[in-house]
Amino acid sequence: MATIFFAVLFYAATAILVAGLAVKIADYFRTPAPLKIPTTPAPTTTGGVVLRMLREVALFESLFKSNLWIWAFGILFHGALLLVLLRHLRYFTEPVWFWVGWVQPFGLYAGFAMVAGLFGLWGRRFLVERIRYISTPSDHLMLALLAGIGLSGLGMKFLMHTDIVAVKAFFLGLMRFDLQPLPSHPGLYIHLTLVALLMIIFPFSKLLHAPGVFFSPTRNQADDPREHRHLAPWAAELEKN
Amino acid sequence: MAAAEFTTPELKEYAEIPALQPGAMAESKPYVASDKMNEALGFPGELVPDWEQKAVARLGELLKKYRSLKVYLDACVHCGACTDKCHYFLGTGDPKNMPVARQDLLRGVYRRHFTLAGKLFPKLVGATELTREVLDDWFKYYHQCSECRRCSVFCPYGIDTAEITMAGREILDSVGYGQKYSNEIIGKVHKIGNNLGLPGPALEDTLQGVEEDVKEDTGVDVRYPLDVKGAEVLLVTPSADFFAEPHIDSLIGYGKVFHAAGISWTLSSKASEAGNFGMFIGNYEQLRKIALRIREAALELGVKRIVVGECGHAWRVAYSFWNTLTGIGAGANDPFAVQLQSQLDQRYKQPAHICELTWDLIQRGALKFDKEANDHRIVTFHDSCNVARASRMGDTPGGQFEIPRSIIKAVANKYVEMAPGTTHEATFCCGGGGGILTDELLELRVKGALPRMDALNQVVERHGVNFMATICAICKAQFTKVLPYYKFNRGMVGGVHQLVSTAIRLGSND
Repeated sequence: MATIFFAVLFYAATAILVAGLAVKIADYFRTPAPLKIPTTPAPTTTGGVVLRMLREVALFESLFKSNLWIWAFGILFHGALLLVLLRHLRYFTEPVWFWVGWVQPFGLYAGFAMVAGLFGLWGRRFLVERIRYISTPSDHLMLALLAGIGLSGLGMKFLMHTDIVAVKAFFLGLMRFDLQPLPSHPGLYIHLTLVALLMIIFPFSKLLHAPGVFFSPTRNQADDPREHRHLAPWAAELEKN
Repeated sequence: MAAAEFTTPELKEYAEIPALQPGAMAESKPYVASDKMNEALGFPGELVPDWEQKAVARLGELLKKYRSLKVYLDACVHCGACTDKCHYFLGTGDPKNMPVARQDLLRGVYRRHFTLAGKLFPKLVGATELTREVLDDWFKYYHQCSECRRCSVFCPYGIDTAEITMAGREILDSVGYGQKYSNEIIGKVHKIGNNLGLPGPALEDTLQGVEEDVKEDTGVDVRYPLDVKGAEVLLVTPSADFFAEPHIDSLIGYGKVFHAAGISWTLSSKASEAGNFGMFIGNYEQLRKIALRIREAALELGVKRIVVGECGHAWRVAYSFWNTLTGIGAGANDPFAVQLQSQLDQRYKQPAHICELTWDLIQRGALKFDKEANDHRIVTFHDSCNVARASRMGDTPGGQFEIPRSIIKAVANKYVEMAPGTTHEATFCCGGGGGILTDELLELRVKGALPRMDALNQVVERHGVNFMATICAICKAQFTKVLPYYKFNRGMVGGVHQLVSTAIRLGSND
């Protein structure tokens, strides 16, 4: 029963995540940016824009200038999440890619760092008056969801082991449309349910900041308005009158 | 009508983040535009009966036209990085003046009407219906933003509250709930040719008066020409430069630079205004229509170069938008823009800032100065928000910071920088930008100036600074008004070309 439930859940969650993001990204892509609005310090070339975006995405450059506490917790959470995700690739590859093997020990401790980062960010929502004011219930629930995923995962590693060989067989089976039994384990059920939930709400929530940053005109435009004429299709129409 | 009474904040050694004071600025709002002002711009005369549907529909249209709006309404994670970055929040403590909270006024309605989560679980994600209360909050708090973009510098996704404010104002205009100050001024630009409503003959008289004053002052015949066909340079400058103090001293400076360098130039009665309030109200059609006056004047007068005077938002519009809107620039391959671009001398940047022109001449040795003439001044420089964060000068990033400072250092001996974090791209707005330089918003303007006044006070106390140079007509007007509230002399603000004017040698350069 549980095997079929989780199989259906993960097929649905994956479909919603991929289709939902594709629709959103296509929408961002198609919507024109009619005016040049890069924010200083703006690079003057496309190469410069790529570097700026890399610094923004990998190092959170603007956030670093803005608030060191948010930056520290934010980079701790996102960096750790990346390592944890890479570590989890071993459940989806056979044979496991060699570099995924190297990541394993780092990914293990990253689980703790990820949860620590989340609680840091969450704490600010209670302790800093300004951030308390702007926080909505969904801001708290999002942190609860991520913390729940992290804690249930750590629980299975350090408290109540599950049969990870069987878990891997289940996911490889899903990828090959060959259903394999999922071990019966409450911690695993919680972990997988929360992950599927995260995948489902991703395209409908503030998690859209992940694709959104790449489409932010203040960050992705080159500062060259005098050298090149920049004209959106709907703006060009005005010149025909 | 006198503005309500209020207390000027106290200056502090170190800037502090205020505790939240909900509702502190809930009474601050500009006058509503009259039916005549609205209708002149093609907006409904007064609030339409079905404003709720109309406003939501307009938001839907804007979401299809502006990627910035769409991405920024989705991407915010409420991290709080922007919450202590807005000068209006720092000056008032009103939580709705935190950039994220200002955005959320629109974001709530966006979520309710345009997102699945907001339709299914409005309470959970902070989605709200567009009630009359929310509409009034838009009118109040989108007129407590100067579109200065400081928040955008610090946002991890570059979310620019100016884009949200512009959308908010555009929606308000589309339902007949526009702001008097901006809409009245735009009407004047179309009817008379400039924001201050100075007609052609009066402008001619004024310029003649300026010529006489300069002659009396220096003994040199410096010309301030109007509508001269075939001049090399068309100078487009904010109309405040024609008569307001201290603005006119910079106009005098521009004329002296052209005179000393032997460049033929002209002003235009048709394009007697560099300012473009179409940007402030977020209306692309108005922005474009106002900018097209410059194109027409340039084509009529047959000029080779277009130069913009000291005005912050005008330079943003000129530098960042003119090529898009009117073809003033380079690199076009469409017939509309090629017509103008083939007339312009492409050896020079088009358009150019007056500071670029002056600095270029200084570097080539074409101008000579008596720096001692400015020795009674200890100068600091206030970076104007639109120049600092939304435009550039020269060939390299950061030119908008280096060029004005280099000019000041070339014409004056005593220069002091204000504290880091209050200059360059982190500069604080003067408190009067973005279409709120109007007396009924005086409390907001005085309180919004607090972060700049703190920084100024520091260099006044430590270094005896007595002159704050800036290159923006709104900054000049705003500081002239608010400096006395902080016990400073209103005369300590002035233009960079006012300093140039004081030190420049006219006549023989040898």
